[in-house]
Amino acid sequence: MRKGLKALLITMGLLMMYAGTGLPHFGDPQAPAATHVSPHYITNAYHDAHTPNIVTVMIADYRSFDTFGEIVVVFTAGMACFLLLRAVRGHRKVKADD
Amino acid sequence: MISRDQSVIVEISIRVMVPVIQIFAFYVIFHGHYSPGGGFQGGALLAGSVLLQRVVLGQQLSQAGFACKLAVPLGALGVMIYLGTGLLAYIQGGNFLQYDEIPLPFDAHTLRNIGILLVEVGVAFAVMATLISIFDDLSGGQSEDDSESLDEVGEETMT
Repeated sequence: MRKGLKALLITMGLLMMYAGTGLPHFGDPQAPAATHVSPHYITNAYHDAHTPNIVTVMIADYRSFDTFGEIVVVFTAGMACFLLLRAVRGHRKVKADD
Repeated sequence: MISRDQSVIVEISIRVMVPVIQIFAFYVIFHGHYSPGGGFQGGALLAGSVLLQRVVLGQQLSQAGFACKLAVPLGALGVMIYLGTGLLAYIQGGNFLQYDEIPLPFDAHTLRNIGILLVEVGVAFAVMATLISIFDDLSGGQSEDDSESLDEVGEETMT
């Protein structure tokens, strides 16, 4: 069972490595990602939002849903720290009073 | 709990540095349309200015600048500004976060510009408040015992 799992993992890893060789090179201008969406963003960003900074238009307009997720993650991390650390401190204090 | 470590040089220098950092933070947020910057970076700078006060003045004195209990509501407000901008467009019949549906008397391109600004302000609030909140959590925040000694500390500073 354990041997089979190990063999499966190694096979999957080798398959992933083989699949990785088929990916376009980093920064390749002929890559599918660079031939469809990117030129559209670059040519239309200023016209669509009247904002010279393409990066800002990208993160806050075209992909604002993604940025919304990011900000929720940041806030959730803050809330997790709040709930874990402050709740523990309050609990200890009650114990100390007894 | 971070206590106050009195040093005249450090206290005088943050008196100059904190306003400059905050002005620069607002510049980064509102100039994000034209230069590198935006909500995340500006929010981090704002948080940095408050944390500088926390570290130098101690937890008690820096409450006047930014109180511990403000952090979580402000972070929620930031997320709500973002969500509200999206829902405003949604209620008006557009998609979620489709800024050109926001009910303001401007043309579609200007509305998208304004939408980006609203969203960046929301991001800045949330990032700033979250960073301060995590710092306060780790450093112990302000407990009830500390608030009683606030007057004593004030008198010490006067003399």
